[in-house]
Amino acid sequence: MGEFRMPSLGADMEAGTLVEWLKRPGDRVKRGDIVAVVETQKGAIEIDIFEDGVIERWLVEPGTTVPVGTPLALIAGAQPAVVAKVLEVPAAPTAPAPAAPPRVEPPLAAGRARTSPAARRLASERGIALAGLSGSGPGGAILFADVERAAAGAGPGPALPKRLDLKEMRRAIAAAMARSKREIPHYYLSTTVDLTRSLGWLEAANATRSPAQRLLLAALLLKAVACALGAAPEFNGFFTAEGFQPGSGIHIGTAIAIRGGGLIAPAIRDADKLSLEDLMARLRDLVTRARSGALRSSELSDPTITVTNLGERGVEAVFGVIYPPQVALVGFGMPVERPWAIGSEIAVRRVLTATLAADHRASDGHRGALFLADIDHRLQSPETL
Amino acid sequence: MTRDDITAVLIDELGQIAPETDASRLDPNAELREELDIDSMDFLNLVTALSERLEIDIPEIDYPKLATLGHAIDYLAQRLGGTA
Repeated sequence: MGEFRMPSLGADMEAGTLVEWLKRPGDRVKRGDIVAVVETQKGAIEIDIFEDGVIERWLVEPGTTVPVGTPLALIAGAQPAVVAKVLEVPAAPTAPAPAAPPRVEPPLAAGRARTSPAARRLASERGIALAGLSGSGPGGAILFADVERAAAGAGPGPALPKRLDLKEMRRAIAAAMARSKREIPHYYLSTTVDLTRSLGWLEAANATRSPAQRLLLAALLLKAVACALGAAPEFNGFFTAEGFQPGSGIHIGTAIAIRGGGLIAPAIRDADKLSLEDLMARLRDLVTRARSGALRSSELSDPTITVTNLGERGVEAVFGVIYPPQVALVGFGMPVERPWAIGSEIAVRRVLTATLAADHRASDGHRGALFLADIDHRLQSPETL
Repeated sequence: MTRDDITAVLIDELGQIAPETDASRLDPNAELREELDIDSMDFLNLVTALSERLEIDIPEIDYPKLATLGHAIDYLAQRLGGTA
């Protein structure tokens, strides 16, 4: 008999609220099946199970908030111990650690109600407007059952706009920043990367592709980091009570700004092994699901490093705060045109500032410099990425 | 396809990307990226959706022509006119 437990979705999570069960006692489940939806400070997250078995019974009713590690259900035929993956982290008060100040927009009059991913999917399939529904879940969250009711023509009246809980989010950010800055001896490195080759390659590649097949610079940057990590394992992993533990793969947490406020960094697993096309497809899928609230628990607990990319608008450089228990964060600023010396000539080049925030308990500045320089080097040969 | 039809498609797709805003009330001269807080992934998704729904190619080099709602409608109308 195994226990399906409230998973930790990162160093910051202490407890979660069970929103709804998507399986019933007696249902057979396979590894990777989504069995429940949990409300966290990161929104409604689908929880996938890590072993095969049959759901014996529920131990927790929807609406209940329980600490990480609490058994939620008994699973027959599964290993006794760990069914839901629990990320081991030092026991300190924690909260989400955004790589950059999270973008928190003022609450809008037409703010969206919280909606479970399964409910969102059903609503989309049935063509039901979520804005017109009132939810029966915790905090007015719209559940699968609410959409089913609406689909059956028995929908309740219009929902009151649910506002983002800015106070809660600020508290979470404060705790995370404090923990990271209190515990992690950060050091910072910065370098300027000439993007001429990467952007030229990208423009040529995209010129012959339909929009659905086009690549973004972000895909090249992520791939360059993933490849460079292969030769710099001390930046890829976790710092725990036992010291530095290298990651079991290169799973890049990709910082994604959430509309309406906040930041989330789900993993692109084994990014070093993906082609640029596959990496781009994964990134596109991840951004879409992060913004529609349909991430899986494993995607939040897997990252072995974080990359934050400021994109085309904003500022030139970001000096990140490491997301514990990770040990490094790579930041990319906005590409800008700058005078650039080439031999004895000066030309206008598009350049980008790449930065590294790293944990001095796991590495030194010399290794960090080699790692950052290797990322630059790889971006000079985009055709090899 | 009339100009009104094109506008409706564009407003609909912008609404998909920025569901919390009322795209039909956008100032036609405002920069879409600023007005709707659109990043490069959102913009690529917009271009992908428009090219599929309107059955036109939108080359990357033409992206600046989609900077505002007004310019985007002009551009799409011209592309549709040219391929009809």
